[in-house]
Amino acid sequence: MKAVTDLTLREIGIAASSVLGRTVEVADETHIGRDLQVDSLALMNIIMELEDAFDISIPLDRLASVETAGDLSNLIKDLRNKG
Amino acid sequence: MGLFDKHLAYRDAYQAIRQAGADPFNVRLDSVISPTEGMINGRPTILLGTNNYLGLTFDPEAIAASVKAVQERGTGTTGSRIANGSFEAHVELETALAKFYRRKHAMVFTTGYQANLGVLSTLVGRGDHLILDADSHASIYDGSRLGHAEVIRFRHNDPEDLYKRLRRMKDVPGERLIVVEGIYSMIGDTAPLKEIAAVKREMGGYLLVDEAHSMGVLGQNGRGLAEQEGVEDDVDFVVGTFSKSLGAIGGFCVSNLDDFEVMRVVCRPYMFTASLPPAVVSSTLVALKRLEETPELRHRLMANARRLYDGLAELGFQTGPTASPIVAITMPDQESAIGMWNMLLQNGVYLNLALPPATPDSRPLLRTSVSAAHTDEQIEKVLSVFAEVGAALGIIDTQRKRVSA
Repeated sequence: MKAVTDLTLREIGIAASSVLGRTVEVADETHIGRDLQVDSLALMNIIMELEDAFDISIPLDRLASVETAGDLSNLIKDLRNKG
Repeated sequence: MGLFDKHLAYRDAYQAIRQAGADPFNVRLDSVISPTEGMINGRPTILLGTNNYLGLTFDPEAIAASVKAVQERGTGTTGSRIANGSFEAHVELETALAKFYRRKHAMVFTTGYQANLGVLSTLVGRGDHLILDADSHASIYDGSRLGHAEVIRFRHNDPEDLYKRLRRMKDVPGERLIVVEGIYSMIGDTAPLKEIAAVKREMGGYLLVDEAHSMGVLGQNGRGLAEQEGVEDDVDFVVGTFSKSLGAIGGFCVSNLDDFEVMRVVCRPYMFTASLPPAVVSSTLVALKRLEETPELRHRLMANARRLYDGLAELGFQTGPTASPIVAITMPDQESAIGMWNMLLQNGVYLNLALPPATPDSRPLLRTSVSAAHTDEQIEKVLSVFAEVGAALGIIDTQRKRVSA
């Protein structure tokens, strides 16, 4: 896996590792459910960590279209630009 | 590919649980003898997970009222309130609830689940914000998905975290509705409602408290956590159920807000379902009266809860943060949780097995709920079975002896 240089992806990796209690590496194409074994509750907890990391609100209804770490990273970027 | 393929992982997990013994999610009661005792697999069994807090399911006057209602009004309403009208007793029950909670308005739903679906999806809409405690009940999460508000979670029972999240959306337009529960159903902890009310006052918004497990349980008059904490004026909406302390089924919402009644023509889970049958409404009316007139039931309930909680803690089980009518025992892993649940059942104690992700902290729980109707002998029996089974499975230290009997 190539080194993660994208700051948002890096934060997603940190948040996921913290919630899951194990080190995970994420790339744009990492599938959150399949590759990281993240269930709906863990995903919501990861979102809470990311809200704090970026000091933004990430409404849960926006997660419907999020499948990969790249989708999530784009959502965060989008919400940060809005604010 | 079949329709159920996406659920196959659950099927396999469920199968594995069933192979370990009885099916914890489909226990069959041969008969129910009393609020606290039933027959399971031909064995007299203490019921310790029924949410029957005040033990009112067999209240003679409630039963009589129910029988009379069936005879006079029939078995069902066969339609919704908006299409088929209300029976006198529906209105009587709403009036009684409003009076009990000292609120102007009350609306009755067919289940507690539907009350949350209806209220949460109707009070806030597109452009509004729903702020949920992270450990909210499934009906709250489902209600949040039925509506169109933006949903934000805050860390469980953490007013500082709630504050931080509200501050983040300070300049964002739209209404805010904060949702918490009086007693959380999995480990029986209560919300820090005074602090949450203070955050609401400072940051603005509305506050809804789901008192499903705290109605008839907390507060001098049984109105729940908001009464106990003296913050009823800060609570804009109380949601609750008839299926726990009132021993029947159904849900409700009470409020002082003007225009509350408009919900009757816009709240879909209220409008498009059959209303409660006469028998249920009539027994609930009597149970509510009993709740109001018999504070001794609450005292008895709390004494039983304390006895079980202290007894289990003394035995060395890991219990929740506070003694409440929900006493949960955290188990080290799923295998021991399932093993212990089965052995308790085989020894005549029936309680709830709760597995992640339905539990906080991803730990399996054995969840008990105490009733005012449990006798001292029943609580003692439960504790001795717990001691025996816990020791047999190596979950508690056998050297540890109970200090008091």
